Amino acid sequence: MSSEVMHEVNPTIGTERISAKIDRTHYLANLVKLRNADCPDWMKTARDQASAIVQEMAIPSARDEDWRFTDLSELVQTEFETVEQSAALGFEHIKAYMLPETVNSRLVFVDGVYAPDLSSIDDLPEGIFLGSLAQSHEFLPQVSDHFGKLPGGEEVFTALNTASVTDGALVWIPKNQSVEQPIHLLMIATGTANHLIQPRVLVIAESGSRSTILEDYVALGDRAYFVNSVAEIHIADNAKVIHSRVQRDSQSAFHIAKTAVSQARDSQYSGVAVHFGSALARHNWETYSQGEQTHSDMLGLSWIDSDRLADTHSLIAFSKPHCTANQVNKCIADDKAHAVFNGRICVPKLAQHTDAAQLSRNLLLSPKARIDTKPQLEIVADNVKCAHGATVSQLEDDAVFYLQSRGIDSDSARKLLTYAFATEIINNIPVESLRTRLQAQVRSANQV
Amino acid sequence: MISPNASTILSVKNLTANVDGTQILKGLNLEIKAGEIHAIMGPNGSGKSTFSKILAGHPAYEVTGGEINFMGQNLLELDPEDRSRSGIFLAFQYPLEIPGVTNRDFLRVSCNAKRKHEGLEELDPMDFDDVVYEKLELLKMDAEFLDRGVNEGFSGGEKKRNEILQMALLEPKLGVLDEIDSGLDIDALRVVSSGVNALSDSNNAMLLVTHYQRLLDYITPDFIHVMADGRILQTGTKELALKLEAEGYDWILEGAAV
Repeated sequence: MSSEVMHEVNPTIGTERISAKIDRTHYLANLVKLRNADCPDWMKTARDQASAIVQEMAIPSARDEDWRFTDLSELVQTEFETVEQSAALGFEHIKAYMLPETVNSRLVFVDGVYAPDLSSIDDLPEGIFLGSLAQSHEFLPQVSDHFGKLPGGEEVFTALNTASVTDGALVWIPKNQSVEQPIHLLMIATGTANHLIQPRVLVIAESGSRSTILEDYVALGDRAYFVNSVAEIHIADNAKVIHSRVQRDSQSAFHIAKTAVSQARDSQYSGVAVHFGSALARHNWETYSQGEQTHSDMLGLSWIDSDRLADTHSLIAFSKPHCTANQVNKCIADDKAHAVFNGRICVPKLAQHTDAAQLSRNLLLSPKARIDTKPQLEIVADNVKCAHGATVSQLEDDAVFYLQSRGIDSDSARKLLTYAFATEIINNIPVESLRTRLQAQVRSANQV
Repeated sequence: MISPNASTILSVKNLTANVDGTQILKGLNLEIKAGEIHAIMGPNGSGKSTFSKILAGHPAYEVTGGEINFMGQNLLELDPEDRSRSGIFLAFQYPLEIPGVTNRDFLRVSCNAKRKHEGLEELDPMDFDDVVYEKLELLKMDAEFLDRGVNEGFSGGEKKRNEILQMALLEPKLGVLDEIDSGLDIDALRVVSSGVNALSDSNNAMLLVTHYQRLLDYITPDFIHVMADGRILQTGTKELALKLEAEGYDWILEGAAV
């Protein structure tokens, strides 16, 4: 090949590279421009700081280690729009997603905008605050001590969310208060346009409290909207938060989420996250143990088909001795779907006597499906117990045969076993009506 | 019980089979009539378990020759699920655990697959409960079993009882019980055996595959077959089991070698 040709080729590649980078920076800046201007004063500092961070960043590409398997080029090729005015929905529109256990402990957001008419908080014990984050500051000025304070705020999508924040959901459980009824944060996407929706959740569980929180993302329409959500959960000493996160967004949607949990001494976090929806879903799920004897449970399930992608990147960061964690992450990929799990556990020198277990179990239902799973254990302390395991498999032939030998045909047997694999995680959702509905949904989708 | 006019349930002729290219069955012959209880005994590696899995249609076993006729049909042409629906039941030596599926759902789906095959109406959960509660009593099982995952965390004895519970619901023509007595304490063995005895009648047949003579103290077979090296070497009655218990298998194996 002559050098002339080489000269012609090289600059072109160079230009493409530069333009790709510019695109992703500009693209991100344009997303910030879609934000709504009316932000309460007390949030402005956090918002401005995050804006400054975002200005320096770009939408990640496959060259970023954290995004190696999750290609965002579909996202950057989609043009999103601001939610100008929230859709006027009535109960008849959201009936399918209302739960009998939470009739009076439900906060509804429509395309990210608080919908007081659809919400009901009548049944909560006195002292608990459940409501709009923006308005809360008037009654609870301390809220600004917690908002945006968790580690990881400089991550690009988290910063984008903070830079755009105008409101959100606040759950505040006072000291030694135990809340029986689950608190339902129902995040509805109308799916009528390619909206950019940026929900924000702040949970403050004071010392000795106990609460159950259900973060529930659902869709009414099937446009390619983009949910970029951030939930911060602060658990004070000796408190317990039982948290379920259910993602049932439209199969054309993008869903990028951060759940950041901080745990003080003797606290417990019990989390379940399930992903059924979205064309592309990414969940950054992080627990930061900041005192001794904390316990964290993280149970995840992604079940995807078609050519969709679901990615969970988790972090369990210990910092003090005698803490425990139990993580099980399951992925089911059918058709040409692609599931990703990256489970990072950090045990620094100070965190002696840590006892952590991580299990990644994955089921491939089709020869063209793909699963990438990666444990990432960073252990410096020398007296710890950290077990991890990963399996990627098809259904076990012996299990299929066992069912066949009971008269169940092989196709139904496979579906039943897949359902069983998934429901082991779903069974941990503490709200019975939702658990039953999700099981029924999985069953009917799977014709069990 | 042996009856001269009984119909033939299973007829196996000169059966040969391989696992992973190794020949395990080397010309097995067996005939079982309605009302009969047969026991196959034999040392480890004789091919007993292979034979029972072949009857149920396990895909890992390749039949290379011979024939199996079950109630007038060529069994080898049927898929495992069709064998089950036609009346073959294999109680597994190691029943599988299926966490996530309740025993109740599993039993109902299985029972309905058979009913559908027979042209009967499928049972709804309520009607099914009535049927299954009656069978639970037979095996002295608590209703709590139904709400647990299939065999999930069951003890050895509970798993075996659960197998017989399934047999009670599916009412097979031929029950093949693979090492149903292994790992059972004496109380569990009594419960399982009395379940099998209660389910045995003049229209069906049982085939017990076992290591130990002990099982035969509780379930009395009409015929005992001694299997070694992929063949049945000797057939006799209950007394044969006693002789095996006293003298071991060597005399049969030596006799065969001559």
